[in-house]
Amino acid sequence: MNDFLKTDAREVDPVLDHSVDVETTVLGADEIIINMGPQHPSTHGVLRVKLKLDGEKVVGSECIIGYLHRGVEKIAEHRTYQQFAPYVDRMDYVAAVSNGLGYCEAVEKLMGVEAPPRARVIRTILTELQRIASHLVWLGTHALDIGALTPVFYCFREREEILKIFEKYCGARLTTHAFRIGGLQYEAYDELEADTERFCKDFETKVDEYETLLTENRIWIGRTKGIGIISAEDAIAIGATGPVIRASGVEWDIRKAAPYAAYDQYKFDIPTGKNGDTYDRYLVRMEEMRQSSRICLQAIQNIPTGPIMARIGKVLKPPPGEVYHAIEAPKGELGYYIISDGTTQPYRVRIRPPSFVNLQAFDTMVKGHLVADVVAIIGTLDIVLGEVDR
Amino acid sequence: MLQDLYIFFKPHLFPLLYALVIVAVLPLLAGYVVLLERKVMADMQARLGPMRVGPHGLLQPIADAVKLLMKEDIIPESADKWIFWLAPLLSVTAGMVAMAALPFGPVFQIANLNVGLLFILGIGSMGIFGIVLGGWASNSHYSLLGALRSAAQLVSYETAAGMAVVSGVILGGTLNTAELVNVQSEQHVWFIFVAPIGFFLYLVASIAETNRAPFDLPEAESELVAGYMTEYSGFRWALYFLAEYTNMIVVASIATTLFLGGWLRPFASTKAFNFLDYVPMLLMLLVAGYSLYRAPKQPVPIQKLVMVAVAFLCLGLAAILAAPVFIKTGMIGAMMPGVHGAFWFLFKVGIYLYVFLWLRFTFPRYRFDQLMKLGWHFLIPVSIVNVFGVAIASYLHRSEETGGHGWNLWAAVALTTVITLLAAAWLTKKGENPPPGPVTAEKF
Repeated sequence: MNDFLKTDAREVDPVLDHSVDVETTVLGADEIIINMGPQHPSTHGVLRVKLKLDGEKVVGSECIIGYLHRGVEKIAEHRTYQQFAPYVDRMDYVAAVSNGLGYCEAVEKLMGVEAPPRARVIRTILTELQRIASHLVWLGTHALDIGALTPVFYCFREREEILKIFEKYCGARLTTHAFRIGGLQYEAYDELEADTERFCKDFETKVDEYETLLTENRIWIGRTKGIGIISAEDAIAIGATGPVIRASGVEWDIRKAAPYAAYDQYKFDIPTGKNGDTYDRYLVRMEEMRQSSRICLQAIQNIPTGPIMARIGKVLKPPPGEVYHAIEAPKGELGYYIISDGTTQPYRVRIRPPSFVNLQAFDTMVKGHLVADVVAIIGTLDIVLGEVDR
Repeated sequence: MLQDLYIFFKPHLFPLLYALVIVAVLPLLAGYVVLLERKVMADMQARLGPMRVGPHGLLQPIADAVKLLMKEDIIPESADKWIFWLAPLLSVTAGMVAMAALPFGPVFQIANLNVGLLFILGIGSMGIFGIVLGGWASNSHYSLLGALRSAAQLVSYETAAGMAVVSGVILGGTLNTAELVNVQSEQHVWFIFVAPIGFFLYLVASIAETNRAPFDLPEAESELVAGYMTEYSGFRWALYFLAEYTNMIVVASIATTLFLGGWLRPFASTKAFNFLDYVPMLLMLLVAGYSLYRAPKQPVPIQKLVMVAVAFLCLGLAAILAAPVFIKTGMIGAMMPGVHGAFWFLFKVGIYLYVFLWLRFTFPRYRFDQLMKLGWHFLIPVSIVNVFGVAIASYLHRSEETGGHGWNLWAAVALTTVITLLAAAWLTKKGENPPPGPVTAEKF
């Protein structure tokens, strides 16, 4: 399948595959190979896509990843459990809080401790705000790829408010390292509830504003409806999660299926689509933002008092064993599989990133579409290359 | 000898002067249209836009031009050097030559051709050669795809635009641009009210023709990097940019001449609206006042100076615009149609361009097949129906001595407009509900 897998990877020219003679195929023959990325404005990072085109129609594609590989999983084997926590923030860097939550909960599960209720509720609030922020980045860039220049600025305006809340809470905006194994490092600041409430109440009208620009827009519908269809069966077979699988009509959300943090206490709906196309994924994510703000509004009503840190020692030595813990990150199921050999450092950490798995749907989605749809499909998958390559 | 030269050049003296003014001012104007675009965009996107170079970014176009001039001139190794060199020139020349036949006022026109409109359309579409050749000469996939898209798009939309222009020409009965405005002046009605659908069709087609969003496929940055301009840099790139904005000004001028009454003031022949003559002056005074008010608030002394200079420039313009309103006799009074005509013409062109920008920042981009479908399945049929509609309205309205029926103009227009709208609605309905799923070759 991937020709570079058959041979030594070092021998593959990263710029252009010379097995295809481009000169002779440009005007004469019927198929040309176009190389999109790794430096391309709309591949959302350093994704490289090789497209085989018949005119403007895509007849074949191949995603080439690994340009941002940093060996995060290997690094974990040489760090203590606490030392590794900031590294996970750098995977999905637009949703650092969610990454941290998954890792902390996985280690807690391995050690058999539980974060105190107050910590769990604050974690839920911050994670849901992060989900909104991540979806806002997606909406802005996705619309920008399809040619709508304006929504991205509105989205980043609101995202800024969320980042301000993060900054007030822990001092960092992007790679926050907001949570610690066993609970929280910092007590919630005084106006956390007020800030969150103000943001969430405003946000309802802001989502309506985005929808006015796009949802009913004929061009937007024309560009997204029927594009990048993936059926529920295919999505399940690939292992897609998050909005990608929900838009295909599968009601799968780990927040409901295996509740973690404090999600079992709150009411929220899982939006699903019917057709599994780009438009449905758009609608699903828009509704998810509303639901997230709904969760936040419920959570701030009743934040329990008490400690924010479970009783764990300064030196973490989980008992030998293994654990898999998954959370519903903004992009889908983010899982951590950790093997402990009883020392202070994990024996092995394997991360299941949602972007990486969802990206496998790309080939199925893109076949038969036009070049212009390729960027729409990359956008709708909502991949972050930091997470794909790790 | 000198005498002979003088006699030879005398009739061409003013046209030459005007041509010089246009060639000298147009790049500056295009630069400021870019600034305007960035400011409008910033306003719609809840931000400030360029603010650093000069007060409120007023010197940004000049800084950009200097930067582009000083950039290294890169010609790709595998490019066809001569064509690569020639293509942007061709594009920009076509745009500038098209300007020759545009009447910026009753006097300010380089060449008053009797086939003016045809000349503008013909020369204007020559610009596509620059794009296609540039894309081909670059020897790059993205450039080639961009150029091919551009060629296909221009051919498709030129038809609709041409048909829309025909509807205006039927009403005017002439291809002479100045004469078209005179007809609108005599009939006391702008053609936009007689042929609203024609104007709308021209608006859409002209956006597509100038490769602006939502039809900016040839340079769709998220798909084709920069389309035909991908391999261009420095001043050659700037020439393409200049050509694009020149073309925008040209199509806006055509629309103004044909549908918006050219240099005519709104309600030009109604005495009660003569107070509108003060509007240009007051507008300039307003800008001057605002500039003076903002001047002390600028952070840097040089910016204060620039702001004051802008204020005095506006005051000067206000004086020029005011003089013929107050002194109605002699040389100064004679300036009235020229000066105010130019103001109203540019004002209307500005509004037309604003619509361009507004649409650009509001809509996502069409896909290529959707663009073609819109052009061939909707715009062209509707524009043909519209031509018949306008012709019938014109026939019904004509007095009985000249072979018509002497209908009331508005009754005739209302009837044919409704018929055309029904046809458009039918076409829209027919084109809806495309089968879902990937586009296959058969469906093209």
